[in-house]
Amino acid sequence: MYDAIFAPFVEFSFMRRALVGCLALSLGATPIGVFLTLRRMSLTGDAMAHAILPGAALGYLVAGLSLGAMTLGGVIAGVAVAILSGLVARTTVAREDSSLAAFYLISLAVGVVIVSMRGSNVDLLHILFGTVLALNDEAIFLISGIATITLFGLAVIYRPLVIECFDPGFLRSVSPLSPVAHYGFLVLAVLNLVGGFHALGTLMAVGIMILPAAAARFWTRDITHLLIIGVLGAFLSGFVGLLLSYHASLPSGPAIILTAGAFYLLSLAFGPDGVIMTRLRPRRHLEA
Amino acid sequence: MSAPMDGTILHFDNLTLGYDRHPAVHHLDYVIRAGALVAVVGPNGAGKSTLLKGVVGSLAPLEGKIRLAGIKASEIAYLPQQADIDRSFPISVFDMAAMGLWQKSGAFRRFGRDGDRRVGEALDIVGLAGFEKRPIGTLSGGQMQRSLFARLLLQDARLILLDEPFTAIDSATVRDLKRLIRRWHGERRTVIAVLHDLDQVRADFPETLLLAREQVAAGSTETVLTQANLDQARRLTEAFDEEAAVCGR
Repeated sequence: MYDAIFAPFVEFSFMRRALVGCLALSLGATPIGVFLTLRRMSLTGDAMAHAILPGAALGYLVAGLSLGAMTLGGVIAGVAVAILSGLVARTTVAREDSSLAAFYLISLAVGVVIVSMRGSNVDLLHILFGTVLALNDEAIFLISGIATITLFGLAVIYRPLVIECFDPGFLRSVSPLSPVAHYGFLVLAVLNLVGGFHALGTLMAVGIMILPAAAARFWTRDITHLLIIGVLGAFLSGFVGLLLSYHASLPSGPAIILTAGAFYLLSLAFGPDGVIMTRLRPRRHLEA
Repeated sequence: MSAPMDGTILHFDNLTLGYDRHPAVHHLDYVIRAGALVAVVGPNGAGKSTLLKGVVGSLAPLEGKIRLAGIKASEIAYLPQQADIDRSFPISVFDMAAMGLWQKSGAFRRFGRDGDRRVGEALDIVGLAGFEKRPIGTLSGGQMQRSLFARLLLQDARLILLDEPFTAIDSATVRDLKRLIRRWHGERRTVIAVLHDLDQVRADFPETLLLAREQVAAGSTETVLTQANLDQARRLTEAFDEEAAVCGR
């Protein structure tokens, strides 16, 4: 028991670092994912993850595998795509989903071109699939810093953000904070995707954001509980996924996301609002 | 509540509102007095909802002006015809109504026991006592409308705009919500409601604005809602003309 569950973390510092990275990601990215799912923007996370690629690649082109340069590039590219698609949606007949799709596709194509211009396939894999088992101090500080900013940021915009999700017309009628909530939230989402891609890669970062959040919806109908269950589910997925990758020699990023996926499927099946509870075991209706 | 000397709250000055240059409200001149209870009546496509959107500022005039007299935009409460509300959102009736206290609580200020009490009272007034913890997804259409009225009530606004508030609502709910509107009128708040049921208008609204893009008639309800005026309104609301010439007025 001890050997299987705790020994890997006690013996190897890279496992401890990876676990700390997962904790930070769970605290930052998953609450963002909860709001993305509530706003029916689950796929936006995926699109934004692609959108940050050219910035990260450009940072890599300029400064090599430098954390600072790639982070800065990723944040700039992501925020640019978020703001451009938001502006187009708010000022033209186009909807946010079509404008976001347009800008992220342009951004992704630019990113792939930049990556292919220089650098071998190994580097590309590094960007796409991350390095959770090789997190250095710098990367851990970055991810933890982003998680801290996210939790503070969400606390600050929480009320307007909830109203913006639920009844945007009402928020616009009582307060000028609607764009602050909207763009502030998108900036936090971009920051977390950038943080996530260092640990898990651009493609996997979305997984730790969305899967636990989507799973939580089958357990509760309360927004506070959604956030708590999401974060716990995400951290547990990181913990179990790392062990899985250690014992079965699987790549760590996909192992974590697969564990989160299993958490989602189990919730889908067995949660109070899941398939089995609502369909296969219907309870008699109440009197009133 | 301070009103300007002449007691008006809202001026429409040669107001034209519309979409893609086609007017939906055309050269409207009208003044709403503070404390008035006004029904806006007219056929479909007469520009009634458009007028309210103009007042809340979500639609900019094509020509002319909407002037607020002695009232800030934050003192206007608006209930749209089709509120852009996500009914599957995991939020309780209490929390939804509590949004009405935004002007008091804002993004950061404490909500506190006083807030709890006021939300409870508002839900009681609209007949939703005991519904506090219900998720809004489980409400019926009438209960949802009651909870939206609770939110309006808490907004404590001086100008209240209602866009077809009684559509698809049963008579008991309509009766309760109309009582609330009379209460607002008694508190000298200004209420402007878009309505279709002319009997309702005659019974409860002293003042009426009959629109058919143009203003057909306005003033005391009994002089406005004559058969001749209603017939004229129906004739005036012609179809949207793709080839319409530029307006010379």
